[in-house]
Amino acid sequence: MKNKSRLFTAALAAALMASTLSWGPVHAEGGLKSLRGAEIQAPETESADPFKAMKDSAPIERDYVQQPPLIPHKTDGYTVTMKYNKCMDCHSWTRYKETGATKVSLTHFKTRDGQELSNISPRRYFCQQCHVPQVDAKPLVANKFKPAEGIR
Amino acid sequence: MENNKPAGLTARVRAWVAGIGVVTVLGLFVAGIVFWGGFNTAMEMTNREEFCIGCHEMKNNVYAEYQNTVHYSNRSGVRATCPDCHVPKEWVPKIIRKVQASKEVWGKITGIVDTPEKFEAHRLEMATREWARMKANNSQECRNCHNFEYFDYAVQGRRGANTHQQAFTEGKTCIDCHKGIAHKLPEVDQSITPINAEGAPPQVFHPPAGK
Repeated sequence: MKNKSRLFTAALAAALMASTLSWGPVHAEGGLKSLRGAEIQAPETESADPFKAMKDSAPIERDYVQQPPLIPHKTDGYTVTMKYNKCMDCHSWTRYKETGATKVSLTHFKTRDGQELSNISPRRYFCQQCHVPQVDAKPLVANKFKPAEGIR
Repeated sequence: MENNKPAGLTARVRAWVAGIGVVTVLGLFVAGIVFWGGFNTAMEMTNREEFCIGCHEMKNNVYAEYQNTVHYSNRSGVRATCPDCHVPKEWVPKIIRKVQASKEVWGKITGIVDTPEKFEAHRLEMATREWARMKANNSQECRNCHNFEYFDYAVQGRRGANTHQQAFTEGKTCIDCHKGIAHKLPEVDQSITPINAEGAPPQVFHPPAGK
């Protein structure tokens, strides 16, 4: 008899807890709340990027010395993973002749310790850290920038 | 003499019908239709995206990857689902592929790729098999929609227009270049890192022209 009543109490407690769990956070008005009741501000959904990626073009002139060349084509779906580097599928020394792409600079074969490797160094593996594609966006602020004398 | 054969045939058919009865013959005819329709309906049931992603191996790996690609979502909403690329449309090749696919049922039972790690370990093998299949049928499933005889090179990108024309002249097929467009690629040997040194070798990843 005692056992039974204890079981009933336990079940009641469990049911009560389950009901608070399912009611509490979900019922918070106008968004999410944490279990302790704090508002969780989810970021507003951003609208789609209004810019169109630039159409494929010939290589873009550099504007300053040591500028990493810009990418003159779309790069949608081009991934660089541990197992495969899409950029190097065209721009590597073994592939550029067949694909007609610009070959990767030999400077990229050197490790940070100055050791020359037989292919690009790990520190140069992620191409888009420096080389970026372009969109048809206008400059946000007008400026009088002119390319350096020697490369004009 | 000349009429003997057809006459003989007709007579034999008549004798056969008389032997087993008109009702039985009609019954057999209807049973044939029902069986044929049922067979094809059942086969079409296995030719739907929902069926393919009924297994978590497909849903959590290749299907999740495919959701980020143009064949899943694009500006006009025309989609290519799993069977559009992986099952031939023609009846005989379809049956052959379906019989081969019964091996995948065995794979499901034995759980050969039932974790993401196991799937990654087998990705190269599975991808190589699918590349070989598509090369063998001249990328038929691509060309069911992308008929390159109707390409308008004026609206293609600079690189695409050049490469397509050159590749078709050399007798290349879609899959020779367009690998990994819907799913993650396995490791590919680009002689960069030790990890991808064990991947797909250059002659597999960029096969020479011709079948």
